[in-house]
Amino acid sequence: MTDPGARANLPRLSLHVPEPRFRPGDEADFADVTVPPAGSARRPDTAEKADGFHELAYGLIRVLDESAQAVGPWDPKLDPDTLRRMLRYMALVRAFDERMFRAQRQGKTSFYMKSTGEEAVAVAATMALDPDDMCFPSYRQQGILIAREWSLVDMMNQIYSNSADRLGGKQLPIMYSVKERGFFSISGNLATQYPQAVGWAMASAAKGDSRIAATWCGEGSTAEGDFHSACTFASVYRAPVILNVVNNQWAISSFSGFAGAEATTFAARALGYGIAGLRVDGNDALAVYAATRWAAERARTNQGATLIEHFTYRAEGHSTSDDPSAYRSAQESGKWPLGDPVVRLKQHLIALGEWDEERHAAQDKEVAEQVKAAQKEAEANGILGHGLHQPLDTLFDGVFEEMPWHLREQQAQMLAEEEASGRPWARK
Amino acid sequence: MNMIQAINSAMDVMMARDPDVIVMGEDVGYFGGVFRATAGLQAKYGKTRVFDTPITEIGIVGVAIGMGAYGLRPVPEIQFADYIYPALDQLVSEAARLRYRSAGEFTAPITVRSPFGGGIFGGQTHSQSPEGIFTHVSGIKTVIPSTPYDAKGLLIAAIEDNDPVLFFEPKRIYNGPFNGHWDRPAENWSKHPGGEVPTGYYHIPLGKAEIVRPGEALTILAYGTMVHVVRGVVEEAGVDAEIIDLRTLVPLDIEAIEASVRKTGRCMIVHEATRTSGFGAELSALVQERCFYHLEAPIERVTGFDTPYPHSLEWAYFPGPVRIGEALRKIMKD
Repeated sequence: MTDPGARANLPRLSLHVPEPRFRPGDEADFADVTVPPAGSARRPDTAEKADGFHELAYGLIRVLDESAQAVGPWDPKLDPDTLRRMLRYMALVRAFDERMFRAQRQGKTSFYMKSTGEEAVAVAATMALDPDDMCFPSYRQQGILIAREWSLVDMMNQIYSNSADRLGGKQLPIMYSVKERGFFSISGNLATQYPQAVGWAMASAAKGDSRIAATWCGEGSTAEGDFHSACTFASVYRAPVILNVVNNQWAISSFSGFAGAEATTFAARALGYGIAGLRVDGNDALAVYAATRWAAERARTNQGATLIEHFTYRAEGHSTSDDPSAYRSAQESGKWPLGDPVVRLKQHLIALGEWDEERHAAQDKEVAEQVKAAQKEAEANGILGHGLHQPLDTLFDGVFEEMPWHLREQQAQMLAEEEASGRPWARK
Repeated sequence: MNMIQAINSAMDVMMARDPDVIVMGEDVGYFGGVFRATAGLQAKYGKTRVFDTPITEIGIVGVAIGMGAYGLRPVPEIQFADYIYPALDQLVSEAARLRYRSAGEFTAPITVRSPFGGGIFGGQTHSQSPEGIFTHVSGIKTVIPSTPYDAKGLLIAAIEDNDPVLFFEPKRIYNGPFNGHWDRPAENWSKHPGGEVPTGYYHIPLGKAEIVRPGEALTILAYGTMVHVVRGVVEEAGVDAEIIDLRTLVPLDIEAIEASVRKTGRCMIVHEATRTSGFGAELSALVQERCFYHLEAPIERVTGFDTPYPHSLEWAYFPGPVRIGEALRKIMKD
């Protein structure tokens, strides 16, 4: 290696390694996060060219103001029933997460991921889509299934990998697949769903269909090549797709700076591709709804793709295998300047005179009971680790449409091993 | 027809039969592909069914998977197999597992076409044989034709197949069969039985090998270009070898292999890909496991070397007549 001092009259270069502002023990202070007033962002016509509203990729679209009023051009003007339904779905997601997190801690399954603090990102977006639009989610959008009123028991069966798990116990918990609700099979490999969503949208366009696709990834995954390939395809073919980036600040222990957040916003990624980019207050369910509705209209009228950055905060750990207290300030979640999405929507409904604390408390109790009842029903089908819930020979099903000889041989070998164990099917 | 024309004809036939078949890839549209494999298809079927793509293999395969999930049957082209590596994750973690992980709710009925193999002075970025990487992956099929007739029938079968298929095209024999002598030109397909290709629909089932030359003295397992190289060497040496063209590596026709080796008692495996952990190692293990008591000599593997594909020295790398001949002498000496 060259002696660094050999050219001592030149300035030394230095490597910048990003560092989050708060670590465990630090006082969290988000005073420098720019939170523009609700209602201040303009709402372009959906037919407007994507290069005409770049400021929306750097600002923050907000609808709910500090007094919980919906203001400005992005107010989707939803009726109280829809707002109450939205609030209920979000509360249900939270109750579901709470219960399943505990189930994992009780040893009933291997793994769980909460979406606490991000409920609006999935629920409000789903409500703004049509029921037959196709979703290519990442692993923290359980709100899509809940907002599409999919069975909680079915979701839990998958989490428990039990006898009623439609995926036959072959997939990690929470990696749902529900084709009949337009919910694509979740992959643990990051951002792989991005080009797939674009491909689905392109196919829909090529066939003259009217359905659009939507996909979600975390801000950390925008560093993956799949993300950039997907943006290129989406731009080139004006694919009818909504590309959601959930900027929840943390990719396990790596803060958003390692995905490039110090230099620009994630919504601004869209600009280089000629895609419309919106940066949205992800804890404002109405802003998420409005932005998605707007992007869906663009997609449906052949104006092309929209990338929406949902600026939010991951209030809990990455997964049940994570301990966020080891790498971030304990106060961060509480000090997050955009508040809690459930609380904000609740306050809005109360401000409208369409809700009150008593009804909210009653609803919380009710959704908790609903989740509890579903859990009881799901656990009747078994929990992970309590026996083999699927017939052993199904282990080889679905590798190919038809089983080739080498898999048939291995299947026979496995069944023979089971017989030879002297306790065939004993673990069932 | 040569192999390029046969491959073109297969896509033409399938696009005419099934409106859900679409062709995509770099340069495949207006231009018709750098090897002309997709020539004329865009003019015939339109730009929404045959289109050029950005240069991003991960995107090409990822988008094809999404289209497959929608219900189409995409036939993406990766311009050279050497460029398939950026798409590896989409193929291995996504296409190959989609049916399994979703219990059949979603599938990836895609056929990824890609020219592979050396012998055209393509250097290390236009010559590799990556089939062994994919045969190691559960859930993906690997098909390699050696004649125009097979190329068309197998490609049609691959497009009809509901599983993801990798269709590797041996570009050294796109225009005519080749006996492995670097200083002699490839022959013309018109004088070869495999050069007679029907213009209409037919298919060759995946998973069925073909005995291209019956024999009693030894069994030689080969695929793609190597089928022709082996045939040339065997004819020149006057050895009574049975040559089996595997045609599909996954699923493999184990019955044909077993029956032949049990009959001849000797087995040689020839491929152009690098040796270590190559598909030849799998074949060798299978033959040993199933035919050990019938073997009269150790199994011989003739392969490319464990180096990147060297540009100017490619004929020293190529498992040609000299290397195959040496292995023949060795296996036949007892």
